[in-house]
Amino acid sequence: MKAHLTRRYHFSASHRLDSPEMSPEENRATYGKCNNPHGHGHNYTVEITVSGPVDPSTGMVCNLVDLDGFVEREVLSRYDLQNLNTLQEFAQLVPTTENLSVEIFEILQRGFQKAHLERVRLEETMMNSFEYTGENEPRK
Amino acid sequence: MVYLTRKAEFSASHYYDNPDFTPEENLRIFGKCNNPNGHGHNYTLEVTVKGEVDPRSGFVVDLKQLKEVMHREVLDAMDHRFLNKEVPEFLTQIPTTENLAVAVWQRLETKLQKAKLHRVRVYETPDLFVDFYGEA
Repeated sequence: MKAHLTRRYHFSASHRLDSPEMSPEENRATYGKCNNPHGHGHNYTVEITVSGPVDPSTGMVCNLVDLDGFVEREVLSRYDLQNLNTLQEFAQLVPTTENLSVEIFEILQRGFQKAHLERVRLEETMMNSFEYTGENEPRK
Repeated sequence: MVYLTRKAEFSASHYYDNPDFTPEENLRIFGKCNNPNGHGHNYTLEVTVKGEVDPRSGFVVDLKQLKEVMHREVLDAMDHRFLNKEVPEFLTQIPTTENLAVAVWQRLETKLQKAKLHRVRVYETPDLFVDFYGEA
């Protein structure tokens, strides 16, 4: 029996959307308020979906203690209460929620081996969310 | 093809324990959920069915019938129950959210008329849910 398990986690971070490939005018036109040089913050919710056979001895797809521990260590402690623009992965990459959802997917895909990663869905606010299911080649 | 989802809520208690494991193993694997006195959740059930829209009624499925089946097959058996002691599936299986989603699917699949079951989603809390699509 194959089931999909989804867990939601919460973190808060700040960012500024500004592309070095655009002029200041283009950045303002493209990103609007999100281009404010001082940055701004969000309460993010990340939904992580894994799948696999339900182990008959535990009744589980994977032990939540393992998933929670991994996400706490590798994702939440990395991003919670941080300025995303100061992190290495966003040195060259604009910290849009699209790019952040890809980063989180790739952290899990590289390091979490206890179940198959299906999807990362990231809510930036209650009104918008982004999903990534890993169809691109992983970033170098 | 149109997909229709109906929600329902039920409250139940459970605990996790595998009689093939030692008490130490059970505690290590299941942690707080191993407390034999049980603990409870407010579960939210989402049942999604799929089908063609009937041109005469405009319905994929008769919602009243879907609601009745969900109540008869699932809520009457599980609402305000201790899953381990009162629901037959969980006399032999651990009542995890995964097994609960599978059990709900099995209870509903053959009872639906016309529409076909697409997905059973069981929320144990707002931050944890399991989807089952009937895959072997």
